[in-house]
Parts: sequence; C-alpha cells; structure tokens
Amino acid sequence: MNRFADLLDMLAFTPSRNAKLSLLQDYFRTVPDPERGYALAAIVRDLDILAVKPAQLRELISARMDAELFAYSYDYVGDLAETIALAWPEKAGKAVGRNDAPGLAEVVETLQASSRRDGPKLVEDWLDRLDPPGRYALLKLVTGGFRMGLSARLVKQALAGFGQVEVNEIEELWHGLTPPYLDLFAWLEGSGPRPVNAAAAPFRPVMLSHAIDIGDFDKLDPADFTAEWKWDGIRVQATSERGVSRLYTRTGDDISAAFPDLVDAIGFDGALDGELLVARPGGDGIETGTFSDLQQRLNRKTVTARQVRDYPAFFRAYDLLQDGAEDLRANPFLDRRARLEAFVARLDPMRFDCSDMLTFADWDELAAHRANPPLAVIEGVMIKRKASPYLPGRPKGEWFKWKRDPFLIDAVLMYAQRGHGKRSGFYSDYTFGVWREPGELVPVGKAYFGFTDAELVQIDKYVRDNTMERFGPVRSVRADLEKGLVFEVAFEGINRSSRHKSGVAMRFPRISRLRWDKPPGEADRLETLERMIDGAA
Amino acid sequence: MAIRPEHLLIPRREGLYCPPGDFFIDPVRSVDRALITHGHADHARAGHGHVLATAQTLDIMAIRYGAGHAGATQAAGLGETIRIKDVTVRFHPAGHVLGSAQISVEKDGLRIVASGDYKPRPDPTCATFEPVACDVFITEATFALPVFRHPDATSEIGRLLRSVRRNPDRAHLVGVYSLGKAQRVIRLIRDAGYQAPLYIHGALQKLCDYYESQGIALGDLRPATVEASAKGDFAGAIVLGPPSAFSDTWARRFPDPLISFASGWMQVRARARQRGVELPLVISDHADWDELAQTIQAVSPGEVWVTHGREEALVRWCHMQGIAAKPLHLVGYEDEGD
Repeated sequence: MNRFADLLDMLAFTPSRNAKLSLLQDYFRTVPDPERGYALAAIVRDLDILAVKPAQLRELISARMDAELFAYSYDYVGDLAETIALAWPEKAGKAVGRNDAPGLAEVVETLQASSRRDGPKLVEDWLDRLDPPGRYALLKLVTGGFRMGLSARLVKQALAGFGQVEVNEIEELWHGLTPPYLDLFAWLEGSGPRPVNAAAAPFRPVMLSHAIDIGDFDKLDPADFTAEWKWDGIRVQATSERGVSRLYTRTGDDISAAFPDLVDAIGFDGALDGELLVARPGGDGIETGTFSDLQQRLNRKTVTARQVRDYPAFFRAYDLLQDGAEDLRANPFLDRRARLEAFVARLDPMRFDCSDMLTFADWDELAAHRANPPLAVIEGVMIKRKASPYLPGRPKGEWFKWKRDPFLIDAVLMYAQRGHGKRSGFYSDYTFGVWREPGELVPVGKAYFGFTDAELVQIDKYVRDNTMERFGPVRSVRADLEKGLVFEVAFEGINRSSRHKSGVAMRFPRISRLRWDKPPGEADRLETLERMIDGAA
Repeated sequence: MAIRPEHLLIPRREGLYCPPGDFFIDPVRSVDRALITHGHADHARAGHGHVLATAQTLDIMAIRYGAGHAGATQAAGLGETIRIKDVTVRFHPAGHVLGSAQISVEKDGLRIVASGDYKPRPDPTCATFEPVACDVFITEATFALPVFRHPDATSEIGRLLRSVRRNPDRAHLVGVYSLGKAQRVIRLIRDAGYQAPLYIHGALQKLCDYYESQGIALGDLRPATVEASAKGDFAGAIVLGPPSAFSDTWARRFPDPLISFASGWMQVRARARQRGVELPLVISDHADWDELAQTIQAVSPGEVWVTHGREEALVRWCHMQGIAAKPLHLVGYEDEGD
C-alpha cells in the first residue's frame, strides 16, 4: 500500500504534466504485477470493489476515539478520509514499518472476494496495520473518493511512453482489458504478445487533423481536397457488432451509458466516426442544438428521462470505418464517403445524418463559406484530402481544420495566482472580469497563456505594484474605473453557466493582447458577452 | 500559607507576569524585566530593560536585534538556581531550538513550569527536552489535535533526497524558518550522507554561522546568489530559504524550481496545496499530539495550563485523563512559526 500511497501523494502535489507522466512510468517500471495493474485501475476508476460508506467509516473511528476530539480534528482538516488516516489510534503503538502492512493487491483481491457486511471489519484491521499515508490511500480506495485530476488520456500516454508504443494502440486495446492488466504489461515490457481485443464493438483509434496555417494554402491544390463543416459538439465513434453497441469518445472512453437514446438507435453493424450533438425535429427536418444544449448531457454517468426528452442526442456522421465485416479504413476518403452516404440513408433520420459537403472551386470560395456559416454551432471548416486513408493519430498533410476566428473581448485583470515550476516566483495565472454595472466587475474567466515571457515579466511587475490583498498564492489586483490592466481575451465559444457568478463560461480563453493603452472603464460589459451567447455561439 | 498558582503567574496584555518576582516571561511588548524561553521573534523581542535567558538565546537575540537589544542582560545556566525577589527560577532544556529553555518559577514550595515551545524527540542541533516535576505545567498547543503526528524526521529527509535524485534538472527550494528549522534540516541532510554543497538564502547565513560556532557542523554552505553561480549551476541542488522568499522574485534565479516546505503544518494536505508546495516535508520543532500527551503524563503535574494553539482539544484530553486543565489565553504568539 505504501508505494501506491506515495504515488498518490506525489501525483496530487505535482502540478506539471510531464512530471506526472514520469511518476506514473517510474511506478509501472518498479512495481510488480498485479499491484501496478490495480493501481492503474484505481486511478482510471476501472476498479469494481466493495465500497465502504462514509457513515461506516465514522462508526469505525467513533469506536476508537472521543467524539469531541474527532470533531475538532475533522473541523480542522476538512476531509473525512484524511482526518481518519491521520488520527486513527492504533491498537498497539504506531504502525510505522510493520511487516504485516497489507499491499494494494491484497486489499483489492480481498475486497473483491468479500461480502458487503465484511467491509468495515476488513478496513478496521487494515487501518491498524497501515501508516497514515497508507491509511489515506486505503480510505480513498474504499470510498471511491479519488479526485486525482488525471485524465484517462494522460494515464494512457504514460503507458504508451512506458512501453514505447503509440498512444492510439493503447486506446484501441483499452476497452477489452480488465484489471490487473497482466497481458497489457507483459506486452508493454516485451515479454508477451500484443493483447487481442476480444470485446465486441471495440474502439478504433481516431484520425485527427492539423490546424491549417494561412501559408499552407499555397502548397495545397484545392482539386485534391474536399471540405465540410466543423461541428461544435464532441467527436465520437458509434460502433456495433454481434448485438453490442457502444459510443466512444475520441480517446476511447465508453460513454454509452449516458446516451441510451442514441445507442438504442444504432441498429447497424459497423463503426461510424462523427460528431455528437443535440438535435430536435423542427422546420423541414432536424434542428441542431447549441453546444450549451449538448453540455446538459455531458459528464454524466447516467441520464434522466427528462434530459433525454429535452436534449435528444444526435449523431452527425463524418466517416465510415467498418461496414459489416469489411474494414474500410485503408480506402480513400471519397470512396468511404460514398459508402457512408448509402449507409446512413438506412438509419433513423431523427438520430443520424451525414455532415454536408461544401462545394468550392478555390480556397477563396471556401473562405467565403467559412465566413458565413448557416448555424452558430458550426465552428469552422474541415479540409480533407480526397485520397486520404483513415489513419490513427494525427498524420501530416491529410486533414486540416480551419476554425472560425475566435471571439474577442476586452476584460480587466482582477486576480493573479503564482505559477509553478518554470513560472515559480511569477504571477502567471490570471482571473479577469467585465463590467456588470459601472464600477462593478464580475469575473468571467481564467487564462494562463497567450503572452510571451517578456510580457509575463511586465504583468508580474504590474501585479506586485498594484496588489490590493493577498490570499495565499493569490493576489487581488487593483481594478476599478480609473486604474487596471486590460487584456484582450480570445476564446472559442461562450455558454450560460449557473456555476459561475457571472452566469457565463468561456471555452478555451487565452490572452491575445495586452492593452496597456486602454482605460479599464472602456473594457467590455457583461451584456456584450450575453449577446454573444444568444447571437453567435 | 502557600501561594495560589493564579497569583504566581498571571496572563497580562504584555505576557505572562509574575507579581512576586515582578517579571514577565516572553513578553510581546517592552517591559522592565523579561525572562525569555527562546530566540524566535514572537517570544524574544527587542527593547526590554533587563533580559534573563540562556547564553545562547542572548547570543541569538544579539544577532537578530543588535548588541543593544536590551538595557542589561544576564545569562542563565541550565539548572542554575536564580533568585529574583521572593521567587526562585531555573532554566531547563526545551529541545525546541538552540538555547531554548523551559522556565521553572517557584515560591513557597509551589512550582510552575512555563515550557515555552518544546519538543521531546531528539534533535542533533539542541539540548534534549527534560521533564521537570511541577505543580502546574504550562504547555504550548501548536499541534494539539490528534491528526498531528509527526513522522520521523529522517524519513522525511529521505523523501527529499529521493526527490532530488529523481529530478536532476530541477533546483529543490526548501522552505525553512531561519532559526532552528534551517540548521536542523541541514544537519539531518548531512546525517543522511549528503555532503554536496547546500545553498542558503542570505537570511539564514548569520544563524548558520552561529550554530557552527556552537559546535554544530553544517558542512559546505554557500550563498544562493546568481553572482556566485550561473542559473544552470543550481540544477540538482538543494537550496534553503525562508518560505516567504519563494513567492518573491528571488525564486526566479533557479532552474524549474521544485518548492518544498519543512513544517509540521505540512501534515495537512490542504495547507500544503494552499501554499503551492510540491514536496511537503513534515518536520516540526514542536511536540506532536502523542508527545504532548506523553509529556503531560511524564511531568505528571497537579494542573495543566494550555496556551497558544488548539487549547480546547488538549484541555479536553486532560479532562478525559482526570487531569485538571484550563486554557490560558495569551495574546501575540503566532500560529505559523514552525
């Protein structure tokens, strides 16, 4: 348990992505099977073990410790698992260096084999045998309380780096694997064959595009390319075979459970690449909802009947990867596209359609399309080589995305937070706001990039010279009608949000320019952002 | 008739006052006669008429405030009996930092021990805490919650050195308070076998020199200045400085700094995260929960007075053991000085 506890602690305190990757890889290298596999499963929440409820933990501690002393402690620490881990009074002296401390594998395998009634008794015994970091890891494990801030993608990248394979190979296999992943580790270490994904309806690694550069157009012949709208939903893959249907994100996470309305409508044998959107019957066919509509359905494990009714899920197809038994991925795009149109024509039109192709003779004509999208939920155009096979990853020269220009607003710097690593000693993370009323700023977003190192030095000096208050690593910065630093902020979209004080949430905001010249009173008003939601985004 | 403890030492705005001896212990503002337990700034202030403290505490006060920090000074030997008016006082080691002492105050057979800040576990940089039998034991309560159980400091230093080996391109910036914690951490790093140069912030220099002069070898210490070295020279290095320096522009001279902090407060994750600490080291110069309890049992006083920190939890514990206890509300001692 101690190595796992160490890993959790270090991951929790390490801000840098690369450092997290190297911590995970060190762990996979040095920790044997099956422990490393259980740790991996715990981190990606793929571990199906007996859960112990917080109320049961409270019962355990109250049998050992004075309620008033526990209350003082919990009040100070603020986290139940951490309080119990630190304050747990062992039966016989401190549990440091005991040689009967349970390992992660012992804990997981015992819990898998136990009945619900036995959970608290087992945990109590382990708490006696573990030291405080081990107890913390145990309690987080049994309460399912990991909030690691680690994406499944990052963990798969760590595995790919560990085994010197491409990350899409991991993604392709991932869904067929089960903890403790012995076959996966054997393959990554070169001591076993590549695992065969035996699961029905496996994920197929997605083909991605490069952002186009204006200079690229001179080198590309428009006759070699097709174009279509780039829809602002989430990229997904719908797959079905042998009666099993699944919906995957572009990184291979299975999100079928959150979209039963769409998954039930799959009814085909094959694999489609496309965009997940919300769409309702309307006008002369289907009316596509906004990204805000789609957000009502995202990041949920399950879904209510009301959400299904109000925000029906819809699949706009881009590509056909598999048609029955036939793998089409090596075929040229135009061929796949013709097959796609025939394939989708047989599906439920309330749930599936094809992304429209755009006609253009030259790049200027495509630019005109891009400048005049018919719907706000279009975020640019996709340019695809007619001859391109469907290749996993981000191959060069095949597909390009040409996004619409970002939205721009002028906002006022309100708070600055100290950075980590190379940005230690610099205030590098900024919260900015716009005017709700004259003289009343309301925060609308945070950004920590988009400026040069030289600009960072200037902003940092400004923050230090104009600090109003300090809260730990955060400083509030003077920001009123007369005095304040204006940022031009670029962002990709804007939604309503009940979680933000301002009622709006930006997507992908970054600093595009420093407006030292601009009086803060002339920064944008919240109304302007609200109009962007209603009008365009 | 025997004097009541409430008349031998009483809390006042200036600090803990002894009417029959007419002196204060660790007063937070200038007084005529002060007895000082140790050199931390919240206990030892400049500007008193007379100061009685251990020779080392007097030296430390002179280093921090200049030789004229008090009208007159008198050094108290450990265990030496000193008479002040009708009162007898003695200084006993507290194990907190170099020179730190508990002060025993006795009159008409009644003895109160004001322990100041203390830790019972061994520390290679100062004399070890001695329990002193008494009628009233005044204890600090900085870490008086059952969640504060400091691990062995050598295992924490082991974590630091492993992190240094794992990150050869980064400079480890270890936050340490300049008196006591800095020298203890340096000594522990040396005891762990690390003999490479350690780089120190200017604020630590004089006190490190003083510890050396008192026979505590700290090895090769160098100033952490850019004038002396190029930025790349700090790759893989351990740099020690006061934690406040890390939020400052001072931290920018180091390559991809990894922020560490050696403090009992690092026990609680939220505290570490709040300060942006990447490698929290739980190393404290105060007694932890178990040590507070063990000390009270070892001293076995008739009554316990609990001050600065989480008084309510320790008072509760004493009551559960059948020991008379009450909080003693003294103002001006900082929560954060570990």
